[in-house]
Amino acid sequence: MKILVCISQVPDTTTKIAFTDNNTKFETNGVQFIVNPYDEWYALVRALEIKEAQGGTVTVINVGPASYEQTIRKALAIGADEAVRIDAEPSDAYYVAKQIANYAEKETFDIILTGKETIDYNGSVIGGMIAELLNMSYVSMASKLDMNGEVATFEREIEGGKEIVETKVPFVASAQKGMAEQRIPNMRGIMQARTKPLKVEAPIDVSLHTAVVSYELPAPKGDVKLVDADNVKELVDLLHNEAKVI
Amino acid sequence: MKVLVYAESTEGKFKKSSYETILYASKLAKKVSGETIAVSIGNVSDEQLNTLGKYGANKVLKVSEDRLNSFDSKAYSKVIAELAKSEGANIIVLSHNYNGKAIAPRLSVKLDAGLVSGAVELPNTDGSFKVKKGVFSGKAFAHYEIKSENKIISLMPNSIALEENNVTAEIVQSNIDLSDQDFGVQVKEVKKSSGKIPLTEAELVVSGGRGLKGPENWGMVEELAEVLGAGTASSRPVADMGWRPHEEHVGQTGTAIRPNLYIAIGISGAIQHLAGVNGSKTIVVINKDPEAPFFKAADYGIVGDAFEVVPKLTEAIKELKAS
Ligand SMILES: Cc1cc2nc3c(=O)[nH]c(=O)nc-3n(C[C@H](O)[C@H](O)[C@H](O)COP(=O)(O)OP(=O)(O)OC[C@H]3O[C@@H](n4cnc5c(N)ncnc54)[C@H](O)[C@@H]3O)c2cc1C
Repeated sequence: MKILVCISQVPDTTTKIAFTDNNTKFETNGVQFIVNPYDEWYALVRALEIKEAQGGTVTVINVGPASYEQTIRKALAIGADEAVRIDAEPSDAYYVAKQIANYAEKETFDIILTGKETIDYNGSVIGGMIAELLNMSYVSMASKLDMNGEVATFEREIEGGKEIVETKVPFVASAQKGMAEQRIPNMRGIMQARTKPLKVEAPIDVSLHTAVVSYELPAPKGDVKLVDADNVKELVDLLHNEAKVI
Repeated sequence: MKVLVYAESTEGKFKKSSYETILYASKLAKKVSGETIAVSIGNVSDEQLNTLGKYGANKVLKVSEDRLNSFDSKAYSKVIAELAKSEGANIIVLSHNYNGKAIAPRLSVKLDAGLVSGAVELPNTDGSFKVKKGVFSGKAFAHYEIKSENKIISLMPNSIALEENNVTAEIVQSNIDLSDQDFGVQVKEVKKSSGKIPLTEAELVVSGGRGLKGPENWGMVEELAEVLGAGTASSRPVADMGWRPHEEHVGQTGTAIRPNLYIAIGISGAIQHLAGVNGSKTIVVINKDPEAPFFKAADYGIVGDAFEVVPKLTEAIKELKAS
């Protein structure tokens, strides 16, 4: 199986979010960057497991500037065979999907995996766009993926339940919790990652569909109203009469 | 300007999130002096279809054929895109729920339309077309401008309060030619977790953390949820340890929710947990540690032992419901 895993670089989950330039730019100063958890923990690890079981290759692809290479190397350390970086700012989901689909079309992959969403822009759209651009099946929010020859069986989450879905390669799927268990890179993996191929490709021209014009932080919460543990009825009263939520 | 809205149904019934999208679309249609056209896919009775009028649909296009009885993003997006074209609609609204997340990106490509996924408010249409959505997993919001002629908005569940505005919808049967190539996946089985309220749709949520010590102590959480008619959630370690099913995990790396009421029991309030729940309108924290960071993000709090407080809370709510 020839597998492509799309990886995104995102701020570490502990990052305190701040903006500059009159709330038009995300403040990256002092921010640690990581591989998007869904891409790394579930999509990449499941790809590696499939390769280990039936042979093949795992390529990771990222659309980003040269500074993202450190993050890309992390995916190589976990076990991807090679990496591709499309040298461009990932400023709009459609733009990114077009770049990846363009590369994937040339290389013909059997399986293309993404995480269910990135933890920075929370789009949940790249996988579906790639599937449409390449006219492939798409299974979103998959919590299980089993390969049997060319046939893939998924478990995917739906409101209040699960669906068992089947399709054949080639396909695109987005991965979430349940699909695999996070792997921690070992010393050997980290050493090997330094010499694994990381190809850089030029982007294609794509006009942007959307642009962020400004950011905003949520309004700060007022002080918490504390209720005495011996007076739980008062809480119920507040929820009923003041917050009006019950 | 016409606004086309996909109203998702399960087992012949519309979901709450479908009514939310209809209402949202009809408010948007008013802003752009347009009309609201709903699309229903699959077997749905006319009586159900009529309910879409209540939330503002002027017209309902009904597409039903056997192959569309189970979900396939490829076929569904084809149906919606074809209808958008034939109706001349250039704004499409759908829910940012599980199926919406599979359809919206495909539509974006098919219609060369800018997509904002997970919108939380009506667009600002003064001058340019701007849509607000949550980013950084609930830690911030961004205002996106959609520059393309065609536009798609997927609406975050629980982002608009339902209100009826009684329009009588005209129901029109529509046919879309679909070939086998238009289908990509086969649904083999649907497993419903019976009687449970889907977390993303729940208006009230009771959530438990590591402070509850073990899975055997969830009885009181479930009981509280039951008297409230609430969904149940958990912090990540609770799901990781297998105390609760994975799909209950909320937070930055779990499900993001925005219920009216979120009750956090024995959860410390780590930044990754808060990210997924701070869109909740009212937050109640029950924790024995007065220094727990969650209290800073809460509206109401009780410092105390969950094992004493929760059963009392359940009783007090029962009394309220009985009165
Ligand atoms: C990359 C990454 C992603 C993450 N994503 C998520 C995520 O999506 N969601 C998430 O939840 N976490 C996430 N986490 C984990 C997060 O950092 C915290 O570790 C986690 O939320 C803590 O869970 P908890 O509050 O249940 O447990 P703890 O932090 O152990 O807190 C337990 C709380 O229970 C209280 N308590 C104990 N006994 C009682 C009692 N008898 N009565 C009342 N209160 C009691 C304690 O005072 C304490 O505050 C993530 C971490 C990382 C590194």
